[in-house]
Amino acid sequence: MSDDLDLKALKAALRAAPAADPQAREAALKLAMENFDRLQGSTAPSRSSQDRPQRAGFLNGVLSMLNFLTSRPALAASTSVAALVIGVAVILPATRNNTPPVAPKTEAPTAPVPVPAPAGTAAAPAEDDARLAAPAPDQPAEPSADAAPAVEAPAGADAAAVVAEAEADLGSGGQPRVRKERAADGIMAEEAGAPYLAAPAAAPAPVPDIQPLPLPDTEEYSTAEANPVKITAEEPVSTFSTDVDTASYAIVRSTLNMGMLPTPEQVRVEEMVNYFPYAYPVPEPGQAFRTTVSVMPTPWNEGTRLVTIGLQGALPETEARPPLNLVFLIDTSGSMEDPNKLGLLKQSLALMLPELRPEDEISIVTYAGSAGQVLPPTKAADRDAILAALDNLTAGGSTAGAEGLELAYQVAKGMQAEGEVSRILLATDGDFNVGVSDPEGLTAYVAKKRAQDGVYLSVLGFGRGNLDDATMQALAQNGNGQAAYIDTLSEARKVLVDQLTGALFAIAEDVKVQVEWNPAQVAEYRLIGYETRALKREDFNNDKVDAGEIGAGLQVTAIYEVTAPGSDALLNDPLRYGAAPAGPTEGELGFLRLRWKAPGAEDSQLIETPITGQEPATDEARFAAAVAGFGQLLQGSVYLGDWGWDQAVELALSARGEDPYGYRIEAVNLMRLAATLDR
Amino acid sequence: MLMDTADETLGLAAAQGDRAAFATLVARHYDRIHGLAWRLTGSKAEAEDLTQDICAALPAKLRGWRAEARFTTWLYRVVVNAAHDLRRRQATRARAAQGWGDWEIARQDEIATQAEALDWLTVSMRRLSPELRDTVALVLGEEMTQAEAGAVLGVSEGTIAWRMSEVKKRLKAMAAEEAK
Repeated sequence: MSDDLDLKALKAALRAAPAADPQAREAALKLAMENFDRLQGSTAPSRSSQDRPQRAGFLNGVLSMLNFLTSRPALAASTSVAALVIGVAVILPATRNNTPPVAPKTEAPTAPVPVPAPAGTAAAPAEDDARLAAPAPDQPAEPSADAAPAVEAPAGADAAAVVAEAEADLGSGGQPRVRKERAADGIMAEEAGAPYLAAPAAAPAPVPDIQPLPLPDTEEYSTAEANPVKITAEEPVSTFSTDVDTASYAIVRSTLNMGMLPTPEQVRVEEMVNYFPYAYPVPEPGQAFRTTVSVMPTPWNEGTRLVTIGLQGALPETEARPPLNLVFLIDTSGSMEDPNKLGLLKQSLALMLPELRPEDEISIVTYAGSAGQVLPPTKAADRDAILAALDNLTAGGSTAGAEGLELAYQVAKGMQAEGEVSRILLATDGDFNVGVSDPEGLTAYVAKKRAQDGVYLSVLGFGRGNLDDATMQALAQNGNGQAAYIDTLSEARKVLVDQLTGALFAIAEDVKVQVEWNPAQVAEYRLIGYETRALKREDFNNDKVDAGEIGAGLQVTAIYEVTAPGSDALLNDPLRYGAAPAGPTEGELGFLRLRWKAPGAEDSQLIETPITGQEPATDEARFAAAVAGFGQLLQGSVYLGDWGWDQAVELALSARGEDPYGYRIEAVNLMRLAATLDR
Repeated sequence: MLMDTADETLGLAAAQGDRAAFATLVARHYDRIHGLAWRLTGSKAEAEDLTQDICAALPAKLRGWRAEARFTTWLYRVVVNAAHDLRRRQATRARAAQGWGDWEIARQDEIATQAEALDWLTVSMRRLSPELRDTVALVLGEEMTQAEAGAVLGVSEGTIAWRMSEVKKRLKAMAAEEAK
């Protein structure tokens, strides 16, 4: 009741918005009309907000940043291309450095380029300086004398000060114009920017590896609240489907590299844990996979233990693998026009070609405006033809995903022959406007095709900005494929070269995990991650219910945090009227059941293993725990207590193991980066 | 006559270069933009600046409008995105300027001191996370349904429902704290 009152009070306060200042209103409307007229005069073609070139985005980002700091625009100033070009000259060194504006490197001091004072600068540059100097973001700086001292304080950070200096130079010189320019091309960087940006585009600015944040952010993530602690006496059985997606880790990495902490909904702990290869013992000959259980004290809680369940898929000999039919379904909509999207995609697929065997077949289907088959089924041996077709891909047009998907399935079906494996690799930036407009309809379609034709679907995500992680994940889950997010060429190598066999060949399907905890040994338990993969208890034995698969040679890891009865770490008090725990009071922690199907099989097989609590922990389990801790730190989990970044780094470093590809040390560095950002 | 025309019709006309349609549209929605900007930023000056930026950008933005959603939904999204950009720039700026050091701590202290003097609304809003603030601004401030707010923020209706229950929890906690 009382909270409703609070809400009402908040609502009343919010509804009482102050009336807009008539002068401000008039000025804004006037500016809007001016820009409207200018836009009609310009010949800039209409473009969607996503498809602007990245460099333009970078500049706009910087300009926006500069402009925010400036005073209210001097509206009378006329537009001047010259002012903007100066801005470019100042900013570009940072671009060459592949450095986001957040962290300028040492070349940045080229910034104080003399700015020829354009006409109209006389308009109170001193005031502009004062405004620039006040970086207090919570108060929109008023041009007041108080603001000035603030500039002294941050001067300790020289890099930052350099930027401030550069901005101040720019600001006092060309500021009113830049503001005006920017007004024309829009806060979120629109087509009007094109004519003005023609000059900067001509400057040789290599693509920064780390791009500044794309401004219009329409990304979608599948979200679910973190699994709660469960009481064994009430709910002794925990059931979930395996997950081989790794997209979340790559998204976290790319977000951290942009200088921001990911939002909790971008973090899926199981995908972060499963990103890393683990050296679990290999299956016995003839077995599809092998489980490894280990039990260790929880790093972040003395009173609990972590039970790590690792599944290792068998790696069939490469020679023995069936021939492969691959259909690349490539999004060539306008938004893909970006070196980090289509460019990276071409490179990635080219990287993959040598991994294929000569008799494997490849076809390329694109979708954008009209769907089309760009490359008819071609043997992988004919690498030149495939590379030429890839090279010829260009972005343009709007997205019409459904037609493309239908065509891809049609092509894949045509390529299918006895004993061959067919898979569609959908590469998109997420702008997956599928015609079948509801995601359920789309996923149902994908699931139906998988069941009917035995064609799998994997999804590769590229670029940021409108990445539809939710749809990507749903598609891959229903297509029994992997959803991976590719942000760098090395990530492409990991997904498409190092783990190609695993990514393309499932050795076990519908792998479901069920753990029954022994209430005598485990009073409470919590599954870390797998929120979007939870299954109902009865689904475990129902072979009709779809679940994840395990690729050849890949690993799947799941971690439980369990609390023994009587432990200080118990979160729930025992029931006064509860029944005494039944069953043996000694011995097993729990019982692990796995169900899986051989690819294409109808009926599942069952594997049962007791969890004794005596299983030793390895570096593999400890590293997995460190990554799980990392993910939970990013989510702001309530279960970690005082355990923080330093402990995560320490644990990960101590369990780094062999790390031949350097994935683990990369994670350690990301933890360090996150720690800095989290301050 | 234009005054009665639907937003969507005006929007399409404006996207095609109809000046009168555009003028009607901006004038009609200025207060709406300003109101939401105020609710999102919690500051009159910032709201004015933000509104002006949005107005200035509207002609260009409108060209990309294909009437896929209701005009107001689209417009709200533009405002929310602009507010996000503003926050991001502020955050970037703060990070670049603070030198990871004492200055930021001093600034936070200063903010805390000032906050005491501010009214209850500002204090309450500041203590909500940006996501919750956006949600509150739309659901309570703009009186949207959870589905509409979800469409604007690009999250599911369920997420909005969850966020609103979080807001309730926070408000309750704040009230309890005040009562102490």
